[in-house]
Amino acid sequence: MADTHKHEVDAVTGISTTGHEWDGIRELNNPLPRWWLWVFYLTILWSVLYWIAYPAWPLVTSYTYGVLGWKSREAIQTDLADLRAQRAAFGDKLAAASLEEIEQTPELLAFARAQGRAAFGDNCAPCHGAGGAGAKGYPNLNDDDWLWGGSLEQIQQTILHGARSADAEAHVGDMPAFGRDGMLQRPEIVAAADYVRSLSNLAVPAGVTPDLAKGKEVFEANCAACHGADGKGNPELGAPNLTDGIWLFGSDRDSVIASITNGRAGLMPAWSGRLDPTTIKALTVYVHSLGGGK
Amino acid sequence: MNVATKSENFAADADDDLPLYEARRKIYPIAVRGTFRRIKWTLLLVTLGIYYLLPFVRWDRGPNAPSQAVLVDLVNGRFYFFFIEIWPQEIYYVTGLLILAALVLFLMNAVAGRIWCGYLCPQTVWTDLFQVIERLVEGDPRQRREKLKNASRVQRAFEAAAKHFLWLMVAWWTGGAWVLYFADAPTLTMQLLKGEGPMVAYLWIGILTFTTYVLAGHLREQVCTYMCPWPRIQAALTDEYAFNVTYRYDRGEPRGSLKKTEALKLEGLPAGDCIDCRQCVAACPTGVDIRLGSQLACIQCGLCIDACDTVMEKIGRPTRLIAYDTEMNVQRRIKGLPPVTKVFRARTVLYAALIAVVGGIMVAALAMRGSEGLSAIHDRNPLFVQLSDGSIRNAYTLRIVNKQPMPRRFALSVEGVPEAQLEVVGGLSEVENGRPVVEVGPDQTYELRALVSTHAKLPLGASLPVTFKITDVAGGETSIAPDHFKGP
Ligand code: SF4
Ligand code: SF4
Repeated sequence: MADTHKHEVDAVTGISTTGHEWDGIRELNNPLPRWWLWVFYLTILWSVLYWIAYPAWPLVTSYTYGVLGWKSREAIQTDLADLRAQRAAFGDKLAAASLEEIEQTPELLAFARAQGRAAFGDNCAPCHGAGGAGAKGYPNLNDDDWLWGGSLEQIQQTILHGARSADAEAHVGDMPAFGRDGMLQRPEIVAAADYVRSLSNLAVPAGVTPDLAKGKEVFEANCAACHGADGKGNPELGAPNLTDGIWLFGSDRDSVIASITNGRAGLMPAWSGRLDPTTIKALTVYVHSLGGGK
Repeated sequence: MNVATKSENFAADADDDLPLYEARRKIYPIAVRGTFRRIKWTLLLVTLGIYYLLPFVRWDRGPNAPSQAVLVDLVNGRFYFFFIEIWPQEIYYVTGLLILAALVLFLMNAVAGRIWCGYLCPQTVWTDLFQVIERLVEGDPRQRREKLKNASRVQRAFEAAAKHFLWLMVAWWTGGAWVLYFADAPTLTMQLLKGEGPMVAYLWIGILTFTTYVLAGHLREQVCTYMCPWPRIQAALTDEYAFNVTYRYDRGEPRGSLKKTEALKLEGLPAGDCIDCRQCVAACPTGVDIRLGSQLACIQCGLCIDACDTVMEKIGRPTRLIAYDTEMNVQRRIKGLPPVTKVFRARTVLYAALIAVVGGIMVAALAMRGSEGLSAIHDRNPLFVQLSDGSIRNAYTLRIVNKQPMPRRFALSVEGVPEAQLEVVGGLSEVENGRPVVEVGPDQTYELRALVSTHAKLPLGASLPVTFKITDVAGGETSIAPDHFKGP
């Protein structure tokens, strides 16, 4: 290739050309600017020094450590320690204050809500949703309906020990599978479902004639023990209020029949071993301040 | 440097007289005396005085705010300028100032060309200062040339060292003054004197020392001729009525030595006033020969006028052979017409009007600037919550701004939702007229969560416009923020 090009000297500048030609335009073979060349050499030198100073080359089972002894893991641990130290000023106050005090002190409240929001996103959002909006079977934490109570202490208790978790102090209370376990027959279940729906004035589907008298009878014999004679529920047992507008597992007739037939037992893990007490405090305040706290 | 070397190589390689770049001639202007030099000294003292001393000027803003008249408080995000205090979200005031600055520059240019460059530009002011130092230490250009021939190497090296040392001192002081605008000046000065200043202060002092030393000491007129975009822009903005430093060739030509022109004049032959002494060129800080006509490198400093006037006075000819004048008038005088000056032209009037409008808007905005503010953000998830009694609730994050240097209490209310119930998380326990009350610290913002719920039956998919309102419990000032209330 090169042979076919003439490395001629440009008449105007007196500099030889590279021999390339495009549509009559030729390229001068100027040397690289000296400053550029020096910067280039410096970068090479820099990379060699870097290899010596810092971890660089992969070996078969390990890597070159570098003479400075810098480790990314240590660096991140220092960063985390710094972060903890930064937070300590507020973190210590948070640890010392009671939940009520936190809610009444604006700076502590703001700090707890910020920390709580972050912890909620990391730990709680997978089930309860990013804003605590919940989903079918996963309670909405924004509303004022609480299975296990909505006061600060009750919320903290639920986060610490969970519900139906392996924790010794976990909330317990199961909704039996009345249908599956043969405690009630299908017509009784349907009647109970219609009765329960009537407690919160839910619309009766077309073509259905509810037998409310029979339903009431079944309810008083089987359900009232946990849900109460008036159906208002019992937070000691996690038995939901059946007279309000909030239905965790659905309020349509089929869903209610399914709940009575198969039982329901949502599981909330215990966080006491996994999150530090201050974070749990922050979470409690955050959840309480979403709007539904009592 | 490399560009210069390169261009010399080019010129040499090319082996013909077509260099691609002009090599730099170092310029050592002579000292002059006269009107414009006096104006320049005055402006130099005033502008440098302001720059170096302004950080020490105090301004009382009460106990919760800094007492420095001009302060850029980066940590707390505040800019203080005497009675004005600007928050980060009000950066449009700075935009307004920049627009004003540009318009003033346009107006100056329409009236008298590049006078900004010649009198007020920091590049010119510091270069002037550095040249004074240069002349003080190494002598004027003539003494320089003599020293180059006669003085010993040691003396020259000593003088050069002294000059660069003094330059660096000025440059260092310039950087030192810069950082004082970003912290309490007296405190920082003490810290710097004791060597206990923050790292970032030293860094910026270093950067500004370097730039001042390089730009004012070494690059000088090259900044004005090659680096600065303003000469190009101003060339497009000027017109034939704008005063420019002009050599009145109608009077000056044909030039000739004093003896020759006097002789010609005696004979009644045409002879100009210019005696070709080249004092105007020697005085020019950018190396321009103004007798060739107005040109890109000229910064309108008027020093050539002073230089020529001195010569004219000495030889008893009328001054202002070089003067602020227009090319058009030179032409008119040649034709025997009277000169015209038109300061009020479409463009000057337009610029002045724009300055008045922008300035007026700024003053009005500052005067009507509220000392409190409110903004609202609707919760994104969930958009609404159904409560156990069937009512609907929306949650908002509100941010209240208190721009006054004392704590204030605001009562919060909401409009636009029928039967609305308003609750706040993070408010005080007190209630004012049924409205929740919130306290915001001095010169601070406060974020709270507002919960609005209603029993009213909303149409499906409703999205009602709502307005939050804060009212200062003591003073009654209000501020509002709009948002929406969403239903199922
Ligand atoms: S030509 Fe005259 S006005 Fe222009 S820069 Fe030189 S000395 Fe200043
Ligand atoms: S200083 Fe005046 S007289 Fe001397 S060369 Fe310049 S224009 Fe001519």
